[in-house]
Amino acid sequence: MSNATTGPDNLTGVTPDTGLKVGQSDETGPVLAADGTSLKSSLNRALRKQKMRALLLIAPLLFFILVTFIYPIGEMLFRSVENQIVGETLPRTVVELADWDADVTDVPGAPVFSALTKDLMVAVEEKNHTRLGSRLNYELSGVSSLFRKSGRGVDDFGEVYTDQFVALDPAWEDPATFIDIFAGERWLTANAAYDGEGPRPRFRLAPGVDDVLPETARMYADFARVVQVEDDDNPAEEEPWNAVYLALYEELSAGAVIPADFPQAALLNQAQAAVATFDTEDLRAQFVEIDEDWADREVWRIIQGYSAPYTAGYFLNAVDLQQTPDGVAWRPENQQIYITLFIRTMIMSTAITLACIMLGYPVAWLMANLPARQANLLMILVLLPFWTSLLVRTSAWKVMLQREGVINDLFVWIGIVADDNRLALINNATGTIIAMTHILLPFMILPLYSVMKTIPVSYTRAAKSLGATNWTAFWRVYFPQSVPGIGAGSILVFILAIGYYITPEIVGGTKGVFISNRIAYHISSSLNWGLAAALGAILLVIVLALYWAYDRIVGIDNVKLGG
Amino acid sequence: MTLKTKLGATTALVLAGTTVFSAANAQEMANDMTIVSWGGAYQNSQQKAYVEPYLEMNEGVTAVWDESSAEAVAKLRAMNEAGNVTWDVVDVVASDAIRLCDEGLAMEIDFNEMLADGDDGSTAEEDFGDLLVSDCFIPQIVYSTTVGYRTDMVGDTAPTDICALFDLDTYPGMRSLERRPINNMEWALLCDGVAKEDVYDVLETEEGQDQAFAKLDTIKDNVVWWTAGADTPQLLADGEVIMGSTYNGRLFSAIEEQDQPIGMLWDAQVFDLDGWIIPTGLSEERLARALDFVRFATDTQRLADQSKYISYGPARASSAPLVGQHAELGIEMAQHMPTDPANATNTFLYNYEWWADYRDDLDAKFQAWLAQ
Repeated sequence: MSNATTGPDNLTGVTPDTGLKVGQSDETGPVLAADGTSLKSSLNRALRKQKMRALLLIAPLLFFILVTFIYPIGEMLFRSVENQIVGETLPRTVVELADWDADVTDVPGAPVFSALTKDLMVAVEEKNHTRLGSRLNYELSGVSSLFRKSGRGVDDFGEVYTDQFVALDPAWEDPATFIDIFAGERWLTANAAYDGEGPRPRFRLAPGVDDVLPETARMYADFARVVQVEDDDNPAEEEPWNAVYLALYEELSAGAVIPADFPQAALLNQAQAAVATFDTEDLRAQFVEIDEDWADREVWRIIQGYSAPYTAGYFLNAVDLQQTPDGVAWRPENQQIYITLFIRTMIMSTAITLACIMLGYPVAWLMANLPARQANLLMILVLLPFWTSLLVRTSAWKVMLQREGVINDLFVWIGIVADDNRLALINNATGTIIAMTHILLPFMILPLYSVMKTIPVSYTRAAKSLGATNWTAFWRVYFPQSVPGIGAGSILVFILAIGYYITPEIVGGTKGVFISNRIAYHISSSLNWGLAAALGAILLVIVLALYWAYDRIVGIDNVKLGG
Repeated sequence: MTLKTKLGATTALVLAGTTVFSAANAQEMANDMTIVSWGGAYQNSQQKAYVEPYLEMNEGVTAVWDESSAEAVAKLRAMNEAGNVTWDVVDVVASDAIRLCDEGLAMEIDFNEMLADGDDGSTAEEDFGDLLVSDCFIPQIVYSTTVGYRTDMVGDTAPTDICALFDLDTYPGMRSLERRPINNMEWALLCDGVAKEDVYDVLETEEGQDQAFAKLDTIKDNVVWWTAGADTPQLLADGEVIMGSTYNGRLFSAIEEQDQPIGMLWDAQVFDLDGWIIPTGLSEERLARALDFVRFATDTQRLADQSKYISYGPARASSAPLVGQHAELGIEMAQHMPTDPANATNTFLYNYEWWADYRDDLDAKFQAWLAQ
């Protein structure tokens, strides 16, 4: 429509589309439809209906793709930055640790260890501490057992205070005392009415108690929740953890003001008067006794460094970097592996794609040019591997390629290689390239074939009749027309190759494995899903970048899968 | 339920004297269960030794196998996150059980309460002894990773100790080792003069790790790295390698069942465990069924029965005297057990706790070392 003299306007008159243009160029105002509204909006209304209908038609598919494809992938990728576990498992410790400066003091002070005692107590009861341990173990070896060991001992921490409270007044041993102080009225009635059916009514603190004894109230609420949810017991009948007494001791000795009308005010005031003379317990020493790693600055630095809800740690790790006190730095050389693997994956996938073009092109040409009978036979041969299990095909290559295998035997028999110097064709990059080229070949041949099928033979004949040699006729006339097929085949083969992992795992040895093998390892074996997600995200970005580059250089419209 | 009374009566007859159904009888039990295992000969031994007898005893109960043990940890984690655990009992190796336990994906077991006492009167905890390596793990068998060699390729002096792996002068040729640091690092240090009891202390240090890698470097060019247990027997059978590490059961079947010219080295065999875990998050009926099954499947007689079908040692001490002959070959199985006194003169115990800590770190180093 750009050219007014040859465009459709001159032939068909004004269409709705060009009508608008006319309306705009006319200074008299917008063109009106029959009902008096502007043509533009009435047209939009009509089109919107159509669009809605079209959208409704594809809605099930769209919904399906969103739910089963986009959402899981998005969620998986999200794991590459997600790190809530530290803050959720150790909420108090993370807050206390925020001010700690590793360069000033070696090990954080007593408040941090007190917070850790409380957090760990809850985590152990909820069985979260070992999970956190394995998470932090990705960053520092040994943290896993540190948390596992500490979890076994932490419920005794603070017992000194429990004993002294109880010695002061046996009422402190009575769960009812704590219920009296901390439990809310409504929860008490709901709890008393609970008949064992369904979930227990959720524990609520009494209003105002967290103004007077905030830490103890929080600790007691945690205790009550765990007793209800994890043990399915009634907090009103359970003696609180040592950690609750610890919190109470800390707050009373820090000078909490107990109002006169506070429940159990007399008991609390009596305790407050006594806490100054209480024997104390060095929690830090207790932790260090369980494992001396608690006195290790590195452990604390890792906890502090990974306390934020989101982390770049997995991505750094995925490109062989790490977070150090002095900023981002390379990992030690003997741990660098991922960049090598990314580069290797790219290079080998390219090699496989090129090999597929070299081998697939002549086959596709033959198929496109042979009489139908032979072409069909050839087609069946190409498709045959599709009907065989991938594992079987890969294992067959093992038999073919190994040192005592068919190919080496043949070479020795012919005399190309010496018997004691057989070729290493498997368990290395060669093996991967050979086996994967074979497996991915049909993905190259089929698009090539369907494109070549549409290239008229007469073009080459015409070129030859005009004096071109066979080579010139092929290279200048036939080949350019088959390029869209090469493009389609290459994209298919390359992208499939990049994500392959079964074949490299079986025939790749150590030098022929891909980045996807490491992703699989971290998903199914080491359980480091964050790192796997980061590696996957990087791979996805690389593929998209290559796709973009391809589009810029070759043009994606230039790709044909057929006709 | 009439079925249950019948079932109780049958068991009482079958297992008079044992306390199989004491606790479980009071509860409703689900009638379907999904058992996860490794497939192949191992799963077959479980099927014969206790799943079939169990189903016979419990009319109306069906068991479905899922051969997913190799990916059990990842799959259980995914199921747990989706809130729909479809497995009832899962067979895993001990190190996976420890991880599942750490992740809160496996249930903690009260061994004395939930498992049968030993036939010799010992409690379950005494009977399993040191093999209870995790609170969630019910050991089933002891297997070992050990070395097999081609009898026709090693010349006149067959290897007798593990360091033959590193001895390229006496035994030139390719070896196959597992593509992971576990076992290889330990063997390398043992053969580099480190005392057995010091191995993990040494391996904990940077220098110790370098020492192990340096030792492995001496044979690096002569190693085919395997990932599946079937690889080494195949490589040995094809004459691709002169010796290689694999599980003792695989070597047993290559030697005794397939009659391959393969010999076996018990020296410095590394013990490992395989057993059951019960996933967390089962409904009460399913849990009752799973516990009932596990109680039966891990009693003294059942574990001894399993060794009729596969050459792995029963995890209960009380089962050892009951180990008999192979069900088809008719050979005495005791001498093929990794736990047999004659085979276990020099064994190495896999340190689970240590590897749980250092696995991520050493694996990264090991993979980087391989890629160099």
